[in-house]
Amino acid sequence: MNTNIDVIENPVLKIDNLHIAYNKSDNYAVKNVNVTVKKNTITAIMGPSGCGKSTLLRAINRMHELYPDIQTKGSIYLNEEDIMKMSSIHLRRKVGMVFQRPNPFPTMSIYDNVIAGYKLNGMRMKKSERDQIVEESLKSVALWDEVKDSLHKKGTFLSGGQQQRLCIARAIAYKPDVILLDEPTSALDPIATSRVEDLLVKLKKDYTIVMVTHNMSQAARISEYSMFMYLGDLVEYGKTKRMFTNPRDNKTEEYLTGKFG
Amino acid sequence: MEVKNNTAELKDNSAYRRLKDKVFFGIVIGVSVITISPIILIIGKLILKGFKQINFSFFTEVTPSTYDAMVAVSNNETIPGGIVNGITGTLLIVGIASLIAIPIGILIGLFLFESGEKAYARLIRNLSDILQGVPSIVLGLIAYLWVVKGITNGYSALAGSVALAIMMLPLIIRSTEETMKMIPGSLKEAGMALGVPYYKVILRVLIPSGFSGLMTGILLAISRILGETAPLMLTALGNPMINWDATAPTSAVPLLIWDFYNDPNMVDLIWSSSLFLMGFVLTLNIISKRFIAKQ
Repeated sequence: MNTNIDVIENPVLKIDNLHIAYNKSDNYAVKNVNVTVKKNTITAIMGPSGCGKSTLLRAINRMHELYPDIQTKGSIYLNEEDIMKMSSIHLRRKVGMVFQRPNPFPTMSIYDNVIAGYKLNGMRMKKSERDQIVEESLKSVALWDEVKDSLHKKGTFLSGGQQQRLCIARAIAYKPDVILLDEPTSALDPIATSRVEDLLVKLKKDYTIVMVTHNMSQAARISEYSMFMYLGDLVEYGKTKRMFTNPRDNKTEEYLTGKFG
Repeated sequence: MEVKNNTAELKDNSAYRRLKDKVFFGIVIGVSVITISPIILIIGKLILKGFKQINFSFFTEVTPSTYDAMVAVSNNETIPGGIVNGITGTLLIVGIASLIAIPIGILIGLFLFESGEKAYARLIRNLSDILQGVPSIVLGLIAYLWVVKGITNGYSALAGSVALAIMMLPLIIRSTEETMKMIPGSLKEAGMALGVPYYKVILRVLIPSGFSGLMTGILLAISRILGETAPLMLTALGNPMINWDATAPTSAVPLLIWDFYNDPNMVDLIWSSSLFLMGFVLTLNIISKRFIAKQ
């Protein structure tokens, strides 16, 4: 067992011996990752480009299954339930995802985008219920005041930062247990970035957040726990504060001090 | 130290370059005029020659008999009657062809998009490309064998529709696949990440997002087959009366043009029918351009 990796009691997510390769002949992009994620925290996954951050994140809601060449080995438990044994549909309702580039559905209005999870799954609801979900979700991403008069306009008319918050609203409208964010602010300007960061800090009281970030200072600002990955290995995992002040692995220290990456 | 003056070394040949610019501009204008002149000349000719026959009865009455036409021509009157049997026939044949080709074409296009480079998908894609190159008269012969001989036991609109549907298929398959490829993969992922079953992501996210592309392909395919004559000669045959029965011989506007061409008394109707057909195709093309612009 790697002593540089902290183990958390009663984790919401537990990843065991996870290996991922992009095709049968390829080397593993993620190698033997064992990690536990604490409930109601923000956990950041850091590391240089190509180290397997996003690959690891996307395994958690089984996004890799969209690409049949990708080989996954190992197991992931969500609240002690093996996600490989859940239906992917059920799993993805419990594990929401926000992508690097804002991707609201271009054919749908802001309102429909927020409610998309319910609507696309054909769940019938009263209009008042739907209105409530839309309002709550948009309020929790601090977008309600900006869009409440144009709920039925297309989501793509919003600015990039607003679109990304809309995508977060879409993910939380379903009340998932975990939200995965794949470099959610890398396509945003600094002001929009800080709004999304504030929002994530606010959201962690209701959700467990796992985010990939390229931006070390972002990880330092908002995350409580950090993973550092290098060439597919999970090098170090623990409290962000400790990792930034007193890294246990040389590689982590070199990365954090800007020697590579 | 000597400072090299770069600007002084450049010759001022701007007058020469301006002249070159003008010459090439002239050439480009000339070539583009040559390119667009056929379409202008065609439309001009059709309007000039065909317009005088276009009146209310042109759209409401069936083709006149040779005798009526002859009398009208010898009295220097406009030929009575119209081409409504052709218009309704075209609508019937093209309508049925679309009903056959659109769902099949879109499904195969989606399949090819999904299967990418798998051997079976590649085979289908190549076959569909070959299908596009099959001469339309050959498709007419096949439809004659399959439908006229096999199903309806006689010339029929359905046979014509089958021939035209086969012509539409490769166009719709291609445009569907290309359209789906243009839709960013992130939308599919966004849908899947919400826990939506894949078929619903296709139906409710991907197809609506690519709707204008799909419509463009369909409209272009329809305008492509609207003017087809050869396969209809072997299948729908023609009919002097309005016919809505898919199993009976049916007329179509291009078939009428051929008939008029073979009847010296009805020459004027050639031009008006051609004008009508041309206008119809042009309208569809303009609508599909609108869809492309929206995309």
